[in-house]
Amino acid sequence: MGRMHLLQTYGPLIEWDWISENFVEDILPALQGHIFLSAASVAIALAISLPLGIFAARYPTAYAPVTFVTGLLYTIPSLAMFGILITVPGIGIGPRAVIVALVAYSLLVLIRNVVAGLDAVPPETVDAARGMGLTSRQILFSVELPLALPVIVAGIRIATVTIIGIATIGAYIAGGGLGKMIFDGINRGFPTMIITGAVLATALAIVADVSLLAVERRLRPWARTRRA
Amino acid sequence: MGEILDVTQRPNFPELLWTHVVLCVVSLLIAIAIAIPLALAVRDTPLGATIAINIGNVGRAVPSIAILALALPFLGYGFAPSLLALTLLAIPPILINASTGLREVSREVMDAARGMGLSETQIFSRIQLPIAMPVIFAGIRTSAVQVVASATLATFIGGGALGELIVEGLQRDDTAVLLAGSFTIALLAIAAELIFGGLERAFTPKGLHLARKKK
Repeated sequence: MGRMHLLQTYGPLIEWDWISENFVEDILPALQGHIFLSAASVAIALAISLPLGIFAARYPTAYAPVTFVTGLLYTIPSLAMFGILITVPGIGIGPRAVIVALVAYSLLVLIRNVVAGLDAVPPETVDAARGMGLTSRQILFSVELPLALPVIVAGIRIATVTIIGIATIGAYIAGGGLGKMIFDGINRGFPTMIITGAVLATALAIVADVSLLAVERRLRPWARTRRA
Repeated sequence: MGEILDVTQRPNFPELLWTHVVLCVVSLLIAIAIAIPLALAVRDTPLGATIAINIGNVGRAVPSIAILALALPFLGYGFAPSLLALTLLAIPPILINASTGLREVSREVMDAARGMGLSETQIFSRIQLPIAMPVIFAGIRTSAVQVVASATLATFIGGGALGELIVEGLQRDDTAVLLAGSFTIALLAIAAELIFGGLERAFTPKGLHLARKKK
C-alpha cells in the first residue's frame, strides 16, 4: 500500500507540461545560476591555489601545513559550513556564502594538483632552460607551468564536479541554482521539480567532467602519441 | 560560546546526535556489505570491473541532496528512506576503490607468487587482498565522511539527525542553535576522517609501508 499511496499523494513522477511551461522562466535561469556559482567559485579558487601551490612546490616545508588546513576545510560538511559562514559579518545568507564555501572546498584538490604537476617537471628540463639563459620567472611561466598544466586541469576537473554537487545544497541558504528546484520540490511535494533539478545537476557534472577530460587529453599530446 | 554549549545540554541533543551516528554507521555497513562482494565478484572480469567503476562514477555525479529528495516520492518521509538514500550514496566510492584497488595489483607480483607455488586462493588472500587493502579503506573513508555530511541533509526528508539544529537555527534566527549544530557536525566529520584514516594506516601491510618509505 505504502508505495502506491505515496505516488498518489505526489502525483505522477514527471509532469512534462510543467517542464515545458516553466522551461524559459524557471529552469533555464536555475541552470545558468548554477553554472555561474560553480564557474565563479572554481575561478576564484584557482586564483588562490596557483600562487599558494607554486609557493608550496618551491618550499616543501609549507606543503604539510597548507594541505592540513585545506584538508580540514574540505572535511567540513557543506550544510555545517554554510551554517557557520552565514553568521560571519559581511557574508550573511545568499550566494556570497555559497561561493566562499565552494572556494574553500576547491582549495585542497587544486593546490595538491598544482604541486604534483610542478613536482613532476623533470629537473633536466629546468636545467636545460636555465642553461639557455632563461630567468627563474621565464622558466616558471614558459616551461614549468605549461608542463604542469595537464595535472592542474585534472585538479580543476575534480574540483568542478565536486562543486556542482555541493552547490545544490547552497540553495537552502538562498544561493539559487538548481538546488532551489530540488528544495522547492521537497516543500511542495512535487517530484517533477526534484527530478528536473537532480537530472540537470547530474548532467551538468557529467558534461563538465567529460569536457574537462577532453581538455586534459589535448594538453597531453605526448600521452596521446604513446597510446597510438 | 556559552550559549552554544547550552544547546548541547538540551534534552533532544543526545537523541539527534544518536540518530546521526546510527544513520551513518548502519548505512556505511550496508554499503560495505554490498560494494565489497560486488567488487570481489567482478575482480577477474575486466568488463565487469569497468562497468562497476563507471556505475560508481555516474553515481558520484548525482548530488547527495538529489538522492535524498528522490527517496521522497517513492518511500516518503522518515528514518528508513534516509537510511536507504545514505546507503546508495555510500556505495560508489567503496565500489570504485575496491574495484580499482584489486585490479591494479601488478601482474608481475601475482606471477611471482604463482611461480612460488601459491594456489589461486592463497594469491588472493595473501597477495592481492593485502596489497589492495589501503585503497579499499581509502574508499570506505571517503564514504564515511560523505555519509556524515549527507546525514545532515536527512532532516529535509524527516530523517532527524543533527541537521535539524541547523534548520531550527535558521528558521528561528537563533545563532547559538545554528552554530551548535554546525560545529557538532563538523567535529563528527573530522572524527570520521581521523578514525578511518587510522584504520587505513592500520590495514596497510608492513611491506607496503617499507616500499613507500624507500620511494
